[in-house]
Amino acid sequence: MNLDGQPARPLSPVAKRRMKLLRRYSLQIGIVGVAVFIWLLFLIGSPRTFLAGDIYVAFMSTTPFFALMAIPLTLVIITGEIDLSFPSIMAFGMTGFDLVFVATRSVWLGFAACLIAGVLAGLLNGFIVVKIGIPSLVATIGTQFFWRGVVMVATNGQGLGMTPVRKTVLYPALVGRIAGFVPAQFLWTIFFALVVWFFLNRHKFGAHVYLTGDNVESARLMGVNVNRTKLLAFAIVGFSAAFAGFVVSEEVLFFWPTLGEGYMLNTLASVFLGGTSVFGGTGTIFGTFVASFIIGAINAGIVAAGLTGFWTSVIYGLIIVLSVSLQTVLSKRLT
Amino acid sequence: MDYILEMKNVSKTFGEVAAIRGVNFEVGANEIVGLLGDNGAGKSTLVKVITGYHSPDPGGEVFVNGKKIDHLSVHKARDLGIEVVYQERALADKQSLWRNIFMGRELANRWGRLDLRGMREETRKLMTTLMGFTSSAVTPESVVKTFSGGERQGVAITRALYFKAELIILDEPTMGLSLSETKKCLDFVSGIKNAGKAAIFIDHNIFHVYPVADRIVVLDRGKVAGQFMKDELTLQELIDRLYLVAQTGSLDGEDSAGRTL
Repeated sequence: MNLDGQPARPLSPVAKRRMKLLRRYSLQIGIVGVAVFIWLLFLIGSPRTFLAGDIYVAFMSTTPFFALMAIPLTLVIITGEIDLSFPSIMAFGMTGFDLVFVATRSVWLGFAACLIAGVLAGLLNGFIVVKIGIPSLVATIGTQFFWRGVVMVATNGQGLGMTPVRKTVLYPALVGRIAGFVPAQFLWTIFFALVVWFFLNRHKFGAHVYLTGDNVESARLMGVNVNRTKLLAFAIVGFSAAFAGFVVSEEVLFFWPTLGEGYMLNTLASVFLGGTSVFGGTGTIFGTFVASFIIGAINAGIVAAGLTGFWTSVIYGLIIVLSVSLQTVLSKRLT
Repeated sequence: MDYILEMKNVSKTFGEVAAIRGVNFEVGANEIVGLLGDNGAGKSTLVKVITGYHSPDPGGEVFVNGKKIDHLSVHKARDLGIEVVYQERALADKQSLWRNIFMGRELANRWGRLDLRGMREETRKLMTTLMGFTSSAVTPESVVKTFSGGERQGVAITRALYFKAELIILDEPTMGLSLSETKKCLDFVSGIKNAGKAAIFIDHNIFHVYPVADRIVVLDRGKVAGQFMKDELTLQELIDRLYLVAQTGSLDGEDSAGRTL
C-alpha cells in the first residue's frame, strides 16, 4: 500500500529485474556513491587542489602502499579471521632483503628473500590459527610484536639505503612513472585487484573462502578444506605485505626498520569501508579497491583542509566503527 | 540381506569420554532405519563416524557395500554415496542458492576455474524439478537466508539427491519445522524408500520416526540398547519400552547388550 491508500502497482518484469540487480550490487553502488560524494565535497572545499592533476598522481602513488595489502586482507576477513600483523610483516620482508642483499650484493636474491619471508610469516599466522586453534585476533597481535622484534634485533635498528635497486629493472617496474606520470605501483594495485578478484569469484578457492567465513561447520561437513583455505589466505596476505613493504622502501629509497607503522588503520579501514563483513562470509574486492582510494583521498583532504595529521587517526577510527556498524544494521533490515 | 553399511564393534572416545561404545549397526539396501536416543546417547557421534568426520577408535570396523573401509574421510564417504542432511548447519546463509547446492563440490575445470553458468543452470533445473520453487522471486542467485525452514530443508535434501546419494542420513530433519513442513519432510523420507535408496533417520520424536522407518534402533548412553522391526511392535509398545530404556538402559529391562527381542 502506498501512503495515499492505493494498492501498490505490481512491478513490470524489467523493473523487477532492475530492482534485483540494484539489491545484489547495493554495496558496490553504495561505495561508489560514497566515493563520488567525498570527491565532490573536496572539489567544493578546495577546487584549486582537486581540479589539478597533481593530487591524482599523488593518490595513485601513495594509496597502493596499503591498497596492495587491503585487497588480499579482504580474503582473510571474508574467511571470518583477521590479520593484524601485516605492518610488521612489511618490515620483516624487508629485513629478509636486507640480510640477503648485504650478504650477496644481489638485488634479485634479496627481493626473492623478501617475498619468501612474507609468505613464511603469513603461513605462521595461518598455522597458529588453524592448527593450534588460537583466535586470529590474538594470534596476529602476538606475531605483530614478534616480527617487529625480530626486525629490530636482526637490523639492530639500522636502516638500509635502497639506491642499488635503482640500477635494476625492479625500480622502474615497481615504482617507475609509466608514460611519465602514472606510478607503476598503481598498475600493480589494479593487477592485484584483478588477480584476487578472479580467485575470489571465479575459482574454487574463492568459493571456499566465502563458505568458510559464512558457516565454518557446514563448510567442513560438506568437505571444504577449511584449514587449507585459511592457511592460504594468511599466506597471501603475508606475501602482499612483503611486496608492499618493498614497494614503499623503493619509493622512499630507504628501508626503515619501523616500516609499516601507520599502515594498520588505513588498511583495515579500506576493507571495512569497502563493505566486507566483520563477521565473515561477505565482501568484495571491488569494494575494497574503491574504498582504499577513498581512504587515500581522505588523508589528502585532511591535509588540504589544514587539519593536523592527528586528525587522520580520529577519522580512520571513526570510519572503521561506522562502516561495520552500518553494515550490520543494514544487513539486518534488508533481509 | 545385503547391507549398504555395516559397523562392527565401533567405539569413539574423546579424551576420557566414551561417546559410543562397541556399537554394532547396519543399514540394509533400500532400508529406512530410525535411530532413536536421548540427548547424549551418541547419535551425532555415530553419524559423524559414518560420514568420515570422526575416525573410530582402533578395533572398530566399518564396511560399505560389503567392503572394509579403513580410513574413511568426508570425501571418501561422499564418493561412496553417503550423504548427510543436517537441519540448521547444512547451509551457508549469506551465500546464493547455487553456491549452497554445489558447496564443496563446485563444478570447475582442471585448474579450479568455476563453471558458473553450468552451476546456475543446474540449480535452475533442480529448483523446478525437485525443490518445487515456482515463485519468480527465487532465482539461483537468491540468498538462502531469505528462505523458510521447509525451503531450506528442501535445498539440503535436493543437494543430496542431486549428487546421487545411496545412503542419506537425516539428522533431526523435523526439528523446528511447522506441522505442514514436517509432513513435507516425512514425505521425502518415504520418497527415499521409493527411489530405492537407504536412509538413517535420526530424531528424538518417535512420532516422526515410527511411521516412516522399517527398523528402529535405540541408542542409550553410547550403546545400542536394542533394535526391532517396526511390524513387531505397536507405537504404544515402543513408547513403553523407551521408558524402560530411560530407566534401565535396555529395551527389555534386563540385558543391556540385548540386540533383538
